[in-house]
Formats: sequence, C-alpha cells, structure tokens
Amino acid sequence: MSKLDVAAIQADFPILSRKVRDGKKLVYLDSGATSQKPKQVLDAERDFYEQRNSAVHRGAHQLAEEATDAYELARKKIAKFVGAQPNEIVFTKNATEAINLVAYAFLNATLKAQFGKPLPDGAQKFILKPGDEILVTEMEHHANLIPWQELADKTEVKLRWIGLTDDGRLDLSNLAQLLNSKTKIISLTHQSNLLGTINDIDTIVKAAKAVDALVLLDACQSVPHMPVDVRKLGVDFLTWSGHKMLGPLGIGCLWGRSELLASMPPFITGGSMIETVTMEGSTFAAPPARFEAGVPMAAQAVGLAAAVDYLSAIGMEKVAAHEHALTELAIEELLQIPGVRIIGPTNTDNRGSAISFVVDGLHPHDVGQVLDNNGIAVRVGHHCAWPVCRRYEVPATTRATFYIYNDDSDVFALRDGIIAAQKFFGVSK
Amino acid sequence: MNLENMYQEIILDHYKHPHGKGQVEKADAEVTHVNPTCGDEITLQVVKIPGTENFNIFYQNQGCSISQASASILFDQLNGKSLAEGEIAVDHMVAMMQRTQEPDEDILGDGIALVGVSAYPARVKCALLSWMAWKDAVIQAQGS
Repeated sequence: MSKLDVAAIQADFPILSRKVRDGKKLVYLDSGATSQKPKQVLDAERDFYEQRNSAVHRGAHQLAEEATDAYELARKKIAKFVGAQPNEIVFTKNATEAINLVAYAFLNATLKAQFGKPLPDGAQKFILKPGDEILVTEMEHHANLIPWQELADKTEVKLRWIGLTDDGRLDLSNLAQLLNSKTKIISLTHQSNLLGTINDIDTIVKAAKAVDALVLLDACQSVPHMPVDVRKLGVDFLTWSGHKMLGPLGIGCLWGRSELLASMPPFITGGSMIETVTMEGSTFAAPPARFEAGVPMAAQAVGLAAAVDYLSAIGMEKVAAHEHALTELAIEELLQIPGVRIIGPTNTDNRGSAISFVVDGLHPHDVGQVLDNNGIAVRVGHHCAWPVCRRYEVPATTRATFYIYNDDSDVFALRDGIIAAQKFFGVSK
Repeated sequence: MNLENMYQEIILDHYKHPHGKGQVEKADAEVTHVNPTCGDEITLQVVKIPGTENFNIFYQNQGCSISQASASILFDQLNGKSLAEGEIAVDHMVAMMQRTQEPDEDILGDGIALVGVSAYPARVKCALLSWMAWKDAVIQAQGS
C-alpha cells in the first residue's frame, strides 16, 4: 500500500496555512475533538447555498427539487460509506443527539405502553420493565453515558457498566454476568476518545445476540479513522458525527437496522416527520423521515457527502495505516521522555491515534499552554470522559489526536513541546 | 503575549509553595467549586473570628498552576478579612481578568501578577475559581 501524500492533503486544508501565537506554524493535534475541513467540503457547502438553497422535502419549485435531490444523494453516499442502505441513515444534529434518539425510543415506548397508547409494530424491544438492565462501559464519552443514566433515572431500569483493566482495555472477565437475559441494550464505544482503545466488538456482539440484547456502537472515533461496515460489525445501531470526519459542524448520523427504526416511536416531533395530522392526533412517517423533524441541515449533509468522497478517494485502509504509523511513532517518542506516562494502551494492538498522557509535576492545562505557545493545538481536561480519569486516578490528561494531515514532524513537535514544558516549569528529569 | 507574562516567577513560586492549605473539622461554611471543563477543584472553608465580621480561610485544591497559585494568593490577601473588605478584591480581580481595570497592588497584592492570564480566555476561570469560592462561602456563612 502506497503512503499518503500528506503535503498534497495539507494543501487542501486552508486553515493549516494560517499562523498562530505570533507567527508560529499550526500543528493541529486535536482532530479527536473536531477535524479540520478540506476546501472540497467548504466548496460543496458554498455551492449548495449559492445554487440550490431551499427547504428540502417542501415545495415544488425547482430549487426545492434540487435541494431535496442533493440531500438524498448525500444520504446515499454516506450510507454506502458504512455499508448501509440509505433509508437506514437518520441525520441528527450530532452524535449526541443520535444516541439520545435511541435512549428516548426506550423511554417513549415505555411511557406509551404504560398509558396504552398505540405503538409501531415491534416496539416491544423498546418497552422497559422493572428489573431490566442497560449496559455501558467505564470508558464512554459522556454522550454515551448521561443519556442512559437519565433513562435509568426515569424508569425502573438498572444501569450497569463494564470496567477497565489497568492497561486501558475493557475488563471482559465478567461479561457473562453483566450482559445477561435482563439486558435490553449494550451501548459502547468503538474507539475510546481518551484511551485510544479499539474495542473487541465481535465478542460483545456475540454475547449480546446470545441474550437477545441490542447493541449500539458509538463510532465517533472510528468512522473517521478506519473502514467501518455495519453489516460486518453485526451491531444494531451505529452513531457518529460529521465534524470529526472532515465534514461540517451540525450534522451527525444514526444508522439503525431498518426493522428496528421502523419499530421506534419518534424522539423530536414536528414538521416533516408526520403522515397525517388532525387536532385529535397524528400518525408518523416511515424512517428516516420519522426522526428528522423540522427543516433539515441540507448544506451540512452535502458537505458531509463531500467529506465522504474525499476520504473514499484516499481509501480508509490507507487512512488507518497512516494513523497507525503515527501512533506507533508517537508512543515511542513520548515513552522516551522521563516523567511522561501514557493513559491507555502503550502498544498499537487494537489502538487508534488518540494518545492521552500526563507529565509528572505538571497539570495538563499547563502542558497544553506551553504546547499552544509553540503552535501545537492539543486538548486538555477530562475529554468528556470524567469516569475514565477517575479510574486511572488522574485529574485530567493532555491528549493528542492524529489525522490524515499530520505527519512525523508533528509528532516531533509534540515531543519537543512536552520537553519544553518540563524545562519551563523546572520539572525535567 | 508570551508565556512568561502569564507564568511570572511569583506565580510559579505560589504554585510550588502554596500558602495556607489546610482544612478544619468545623467551619461556618464549606463550598466546593469545580471547573467542569478541566476538572480543577477547590474545597474552601471559612471560620468566623469571634467578635468580628472577619473569616479565616482553609482550603484544599487540585488543578493547574494558575488555579493553585491564585488560591495561594487569595489566602494571603483575604485570610482574616470580612466580606466587605474581600469583595473589593474579588471585584477587582474579576475586572482585571475582563481587562476593564488596571492591576492595583494595594488591593490584590501578588494577585497583580495574574494579569497575564487575561490574555488567555480559557484560563480566566482557573484564576477566578478560588475567589468565587471564597465569596460564595462567606456569603453562606453570613446567612447562617
């Protein structure tokens, strides 16, 4: 496999040529929070607004037709990118909303069942009974934890979680006990945004199928970085965001098996998601429209489709290989700095490019400040995964994440920046 | 702006050798303030000095150099002070962070060295965390 032409890729990202902090070259190592956007994505969005802008699925004028076509073509491309059918892809505001959509399907189905209200066929899977359980893991982003905590708070359901091993992996030693006949759904991350760990989804899916539990996979950190095929994974739901994969802000995706989506009551309600409306009540459209109330984010969908085109032209295998090489180099370089400790796996087996670390004697905020002063953008804090920090007994971490526009020189800049921070604060070893 | 402006020697001194850290079993008020974006945390207690309107300060904290140094400076400036006296300093510190007030050493003492933080909006909360905690605690103690 040939290597990525990183210089050519960098030339597609206008922001990478700007200077920061008094004329320093920008070294962007925060793609795990949000990626930068190539001009192809920006152009696609601009073209939509300049040529086709109108409210999709409304009106019969030419612009409305073209906008609707562009929106639905985007859905097709994005579906194909993850091996799905277009009508199984629901556009949401972000991945957080996509996870909430599924959590609320449980709550809404349970409430409607309690009051004897009509539900779609097959909704039994979403009706919760006292004693039912929901399973998550200790490495979840808050977006895949709080919606389930809230669901448990409003029902008689117990939230349980899979713990972590000292080396940053899921502790599956008691999986059979945690994932049992009471489990309605297990919702877990494909790749930890803090630890970088890529989870063994095969094992989880097999165990879940054996007890007839649903599986939701939070793929925010995997779809942008590696080939993902929903059929091969065997999960029931996949959620991810557009802005972490070169796409615009303000769009996320939910993929669900079509029979499951069809059996779920709506989450956000209003225009576009209905079939018939009277003052006495309404019936709802088939998915995906049922879950897309209001005028949708068509320009963002078009932009995300352009991002998918961009990544597909490179090839996701190549993207993954490129990041794997950078991760290997970064781990090697960081571990050579005395006083630096990586929180998460220190080998590259089943590991993505999110590298969190702590520096003895320095708070991550202060590390990040010195890096920022050198033009290096990293994330500091608990990365919306506070329980992971608690598990590893660190108040916070500094996190570097790599993407297609990063190269070896960025890894060296990070290394030199950490050493500079140690020198600045007088904690070098 | 450069790093040395924010991390002045005096700030690093307070960070490495903080003043007044401690806790007391029974306080007139105890508050815990956190910065949810980074996990910085301070638990601050105030104990009224009998026969006065003044309060002694006890605190435990964890966080970045700015939040730690700022708490140490707060202790130097406001330990044994009343709400009325301390509020002037708190308001001045906030105004300095918003760049609407020139630093005044008579009011803030070593706190004037925190002026460089105002150039980094993401860090302003670190500098103000302990000051807000103090005000919260004293108001609670007076109300009780």
